[in-house]
Amino acid sequence: MTKLTYINGLPLVLLLSGMSTPAFAGSEDVVVENAWSRASIGVNRPGAAYMTVRNTGEDTITLTGLTTPLAVMPQIHETKTNADGVSSMAPADEITIEPGQSVALEPGGLHAMLMKLQNPMIEGETFPLTLTFSDGGEVTVEVPILGIAARGPES
Amino acid sequence: MQRRHVVQYGAAGVGAVALMLGVGWWRVDGPGAPKPAGQRPLPLSAMDFRLTDHEGNKVGPETLIGRPTMVFFGFTYCPEVCPTTLSDISGWLEDLGDDAARMNVVFITVDPERDTAEAMAEYVGYFHPAIRGWTGPEDQISRAVEAFRASYERVPTEGGDYTMNHTASVFLFDAKGELVTMIDYHEPREFAVPKIRRALTEDVEGAT
Ligand SMILES: [Cu+2]
Repeated sequence: MTKLTYINGLPLVLLLSGMSTPAFAGSEDVVVENAWSRASIGVNRPGAAYMTVRNTGEDTITLTGLTTPLAVMPQIHETKTNADGVSSMAPADEITIEPGQSVALEPGGLHAMLMKLQNPMIEGETFPLTLTFSDGGEVTVEVPILGIAARGPES
Repeated sequence: MQRRHVVQYGAAGVGAVALMLGVGWWRVDGPGAPKPAGQRPLPLSAMDFRLTDHEGNKVGPETLIGRPTMVFFGFTYCPEVCPTTLSDISGWLEDLGDDAARMNVVFITVDPERDTAEAMAEYVGYFHPAIRGWTGPEDQISRAVEAFRASYERVPTEGGDYTMNHTASVFLFDAKGELVTMIDYHEPREFAVPKIRRALTEDVEGAT
């Protein structure tokens, strides 16, 4: 149905995919930048990945989910901290990105939560993560795995 | 999407979130709205709990008195807040340079079921070497959290797993064990390091 293509090892990757049933056009204009993740200790602990998703097109796009061979249950999550300083995490609602806008998945907010890892996340390696959109399109990004103590895409 | 949330998190999770929201309202706007002083952590000298550090040493609040102290609650199965905070703390400690060696820096788990001393040792090993990991029996963890006026809650996820909601602020005490200030989760780094320096300075003033 949808064609997946990967470019290996590029921190700045955009991939466009064919669409079978474009209810809304748009996901071909998605650019994913600065993707990164932290290494895991084994496979029992969930991982998290971060990136900026930019809509360079003219139509609103809606990010609806994630898939990756790395994790059985990848999900977009949002961390929230309440007035008492208590942090919690829950699945995020669908993420709508207006034309020309971008959404940042970054520490302390939205993140790609990688539950039930199939393999350990090893520093220096990468893994493919596919973002799925409401128009049926998909964008696959190759996510670099940085150290456990990494603070951003460049560290 | 809506259906998926419910499936993934299960009724218990949804219930827990609803309960949490309720508790949040009660504390923030409701009858439990804080008397500011009531929310402040006790001085370390007034706390009482027995834990074990990641090298197997018996530790408690008295271990911390005599040096300025930074304390943070979390758990090693935490994919987001805890590695972010521990790497922030590591960055602050790097900024402090040699002064970092004059501080206690303690990461206390709120998930002792999974965070054994060994698990803590492996985890803290990835961050600044000044950071110590403390764990212990559930009742002692609970006493510690209570003394810091912090909170934690176990939230089930699909497939029998669980995650922990917990206070994500960093607590700063002076060398006498009095609270100096707290660093909130989203606080920019420019504010954090001066706060830590304040805890270090109060140490010097207290000592002279
Ligand atoms: Cu998450």
